[in-house]
Amino acid sequence: MAQTKRDLLIDPLVDNNPITLQVLGICSALAVTSSLQVAFVMALAVTAVTGFSSMFISVLRNQIPGSIRIIVQMVIIASLVIIVDQVLKAYAYEVSKTLSVFVGLIITNCIVMGRAEAFAMKNPPIDSFIDGVGNGLGYGALLLVVGFIRELFGAGSLFGVTILPTVNNGGWYVPNGMLLLPPSAFFIIGLLIWAVRAWKPEQVEEREYKIQVVEGH
Amino acid sequence: MSDASNQNKGPIARFMAAPPDSVGKTVFIAVSLCLIASMIVSAVSVALRPMQEQNKLKDKQANVLQVAGLYEDGMDVIEGFSVFEPHVLELETGTFTDQFDAATFDDRAAAADPELSARLSDDPAGIGRQAKFVTVYLLRNDDGSLDKVILPIHGYGLWSTLYGFIALEENGNDIFGLQFYDHGETPGLGAEIDNPRWKALWSGKRLADDDGMLQITVAKAVPPAGADYHVDALAGATLTSVGVDNLVRFWMGEAGFGPFLENLKAGEI
Repeated sequence: MAQTKRDLLIDPLVDNNPITLQVLGICSALAVTSSLQVAFVMALAVTAVTGFSSMFISVLRNQIPGSIRIIVQMVIIASLVIIVDQVLKAYAYEVSKTLSVFVGLIITNCIVMGRAEAFAMKNPPIDSFIDGVGNGLGYGALLLVVGFIRELFGAGSLFGVTILPTVNNGGWYVPNGMLLLPPSAFFIIGLLIWAVRAWKPEQVEEREYKIQVVEGH
Repeated sequence: MSDASNQNKGPIARFMAAPPDSVGKTVFIAVSLCLIASMIVSAVSVALRPMQEQNKLKDKQANVLQVAGLYEDGMDVIEGFSVFEPHVLELETGTFTDQFDAATFDDRAAAADPELSARLSDDPAGIGRQAKFVTVYLLRNDDGSLDKVILPIHGYGLWSTLYGFIALEENGNDIFGLQFYDHGETPGLGAEIDNPRWKALWSGKRLADDDGMLQITVAKAVPPAGADYHVDALAGATLTSVGVDNLVRFWMGEAGFGPFLENLKAGEI
């Protein structure tokens, strides 16, 4: 690996973003982006879990038996998720009520397992930690962009502060209620993937097949 | 690594050098990792428990404030909560008792305590045991006259027991508000009982008609008693709505706060 530590941190933000390029972690991205505050806390939680789980797995990587390696990774990830969940319940109770099951579901977030299996099992701890944090931040950055669009146009506010006064509160803005529903995140993420790939065409995947003209017909 | 070099090392070093896939090492890694992970998780859980309980208490108090229409974003909940006058109520007689300290009385613990609760034979709310004593909150006007009473209610919905409060006006018959602070109903369907629009339906409804018959109901159609006694059921959440209907009617009835409401109407509180 010829990557510098800086590359490990910066690459996943756009060039190798876990959501737009690898299309992982979509499920939770749909659920927690209806308001920016929730998206922000979720981004922090995932970043902490990917960073530390990659680090611990990397520390143990030479001792982890191949036959039970996935289970070992899951135990480490699950323990970290429980700790994050408990900390949220103690220090950010309101947000933890909104996030409810989705904190627990970080365990099944493909990004965490993906980094553990693809990177941390083969690289030293500090690099793995930086790689985990980078991927968490890449996930978080996309979460915040989606959350920004959904909260601004769906509820007329950002971080709960009113930006566009809605009609219900005596303003002029008619909010787009669909943006508060999970499917809208699908459309927004789809459009974002399109935008990123139009900007960086090297991210476009090769076609798996190509229609060829067969000679002799 | 040859066997000869292994013999020069101590048992720990020999173990460390064994291939990770050997049976002994696999078992050792699995057991020790589980032990360490469970110790860390339980240590964190125990260390943070007091703070989490404080948060739960605050959340409950914030809900009492909300149901009484006094809650504002960013207010100091503990200070705001001090306007309420908590009392421990004996359900059977409908009078306040001084046997317990209202500030520390734990309703849920009382409902599980055989000394303080009784098994219900007629149990429409699905709560199993009912405590003989509950904590109620009074809100007074500046001149000391009664403004509202906030009564705790709970009962079974579809998946979970719903815990909430109902706020009544001083006449003991007009509903000011109702809301649940703890439940596990389906998000988007049953959990719509948290929707402000649905909660707003309760305001201004009445419990009993002029003859004293309990008429309040959560139903799809307006009952014969009229719209004053009817809260529209939630679409897509029939069983949660039935649960709310049962628990409100149970707690407002004879087995619940009935005697207390009688006393309230008679002006004895």
